[in-house]
Amino acid sequence: MSVWLVLAVNSVTLGGLLFLLSAGFSLIFGLMKIPNLTHGSFFMLGAYLATSLIARGFDFWTAAVTAGLLVAVFGGLVERFILRRLAGAELAQVLVTLGLSFMVADVCLLVWTGDPIRIDTPAALRGATSLLGVGFPTYRLAVSLIAVVFAAGLWALLDRTRLGAMIRAGVDDADMARVTGIRVSRLFTIVFCLGAWLAGFAGVIGGPILSVYPGLDGEMLPLALVVVILGGSGSLLGSLVGSFVVGFLYNFGQAMFPELAYVVLFLPMLIVLVVRPQGLFGRPAV
Amino acid sequence: MKGIALGAALVSLVTLPLWVSGTFYVNIASQILFYAVFALGINVLAGYAGLVSLGHAGLFGIAAYAGAKMLGNGHGHLAVAGVAIAVTLCAAAVFAVLALRGTGLGFVMITVALGQIVWGVAYRWISLTNGDNGVTISGRPAPFGLSLASPRAFYWATLVVFLLAVASMAVFVASPFGASVRGTRDQPRRMNALGYNVWMIRFLAFLLSGLWSGMAGLLFLYYHQFVSPQAVALTASAEALLMVISGGTATLVGPIAGAALVVVMKNVASAYIERWNFVLGAIFVVIVVFMPEGLVPGTVRLARWAATAWRPRTPVPVEP
Repeated sequence: MSVWLVLAVNSVTLGGLLFLLSAGFSLIFGLMKIPNLTHGSFFMLGAYLATSLIARGFDFWTAAVTAGLLVAVFGGLVERFILRRLAGAELAQVLVTLGLSFMVADVCLLVWTGDPIRIDTPAALRGATSLLGVGFPTYRLAVSLIAVVFAAGLWALLDRTRLGAMIRAGVDDADMARVTGIRVSRLFTIVFCLGAWLAGFAGVIGGPILSVYPGLDGEMLPLALVVVILGGSGSLLGSLVGSFVVGFLYNFGQAMFPELAYVVLFLPMLIVLVVRPQGLFGRPAV
Repeated sequence: MKGIALGAALVSLVTLPLWVSGTFYVNIASQILFYAVFALGINVLAGYAGLVSLGHAGLFGIAAYAGAKMLGNGHGHLAVAGVAIAVTLCAAAVFAVLALRGTGLGFVMITVALGQIVWGVAYRWISLTNGDNGVTISGRPAPFGLSLASPRAFYWATLVVFLLAVASMAVFVASPFGASVRGTRDQPRRMNALGYNVWMIRFLAFLLSGLWSGMAGLLFLYYHQFVSPQAVALTASAEALLMVISGGTATLVGPIAGAALVVVMKNVASAYIERWNFVLGAIFVVIVVFMPEGLVPGTVRLARWAATAWRPRTPVPVEP
């Protein structure tokens, strides 16, 4: 298997993880108009919680779902008791999420120490799978598949259900949605919990690839920011395309310009900002 | 009256190293001063222009790294300072052109991303920045033959820069330019309709902010004689923003008080507890949730509220 193919597979895997992370980020940003700077912390917290759950005998997938739920509960509390108090003051909300992210990072450091923790790949998905005569690492294929399934599921949720229609209405015009009787504040909680769950879950299934370490939150958050700036906020398709673009740039950038990988990653974002500030799939602000 | 208070403050600042015993406290005073310069720089944007930046540690760090690299190549201190500031201003111009594509939250997000790029370069471009190990410089400059090696001498040098920064801020606030910056914050559309170039006003405000951030970065470099990616991290930007917000935005004294508060807390807190980041985050949350107007006015308001809440209420006589 050639180096380029390996890189491509890794890129798709990272893209899938980023999609899980940034879909929630993008929905929260689209609906509530706040860049949730705790989103990277949700990712890291999910992964850390799962390591503890697995150590207590849970199997990988149960741990992933449970850790996601715990993170979602945490997210719900944050939304309900802190962000809700600051409704309308968007800047204050951003600063609070930033403050919370520092607190979460420090608590994680206290509880799980500074050493990186590796989450073991689930036994059934170890080794390689042969596709078209080429062997691919099974777990990475599985992660990509999960991302695709979630993308389809989220699309169906947003495009085909009543709840999805309400969320779309809220993204388009929250005040108008309120007038028509949609309880937008409840949507906020739902979307925030959903986004937190997705981020926490992504952290766990990313664990066997990235492992968990202090600073993981700070590394994932800018990636999610780039995805949303690239794809446009509140757009699921934008998150999907943006995630894979970032996934490819990150892996190929790291292979070709190891010292400048981070810069390579941000270049397309800068170009998009200059040419199309609302993002590739975003609608211009009215 | 105001003049007397100002004079007293000035005298006490100048004579501080003479009546404060111990280099530890003099060093803390120096830190407060250069962080106050940084906070004043951020306040131009966050306070007067209404553009909250979370990437200013990037500019601060660019100045420090540029200075450190120049010193490493054996240049003189005057050239080092000049080039470091020039590089920072160029970087600030690039930052501004990109970040001013958005306002409000868009601006915040872009500045976060820009700050993280600088951090990424500082952390990963090892051949340039020596990565996580940082860059060490040897020796502080000796302008006009006065060595700044001792804590006292360095304090006075920092004080000079600090006073220059405060004076420039006072001039800025009172100037027509300062008024137009506040105008673009409060009524950008009207300013535009009145014929002001809103973008250019914001751009120039960004440069002014970058200038003082760079000066602070240079002082930071000379103070520690060391710079590492930690100085550029998002935490550093947030810390500096906390200084501005905690003291009170869009005031002259607020950022200075905030810088003093954060630096003292950081030094005191780290003497007793390891978890400075947790404390920083908690203060952030408490201030934003309970005292959005800043610590000093916020405390007064909360105290007043507590006083009225605890006072026994006089029963209202019921009309028969």
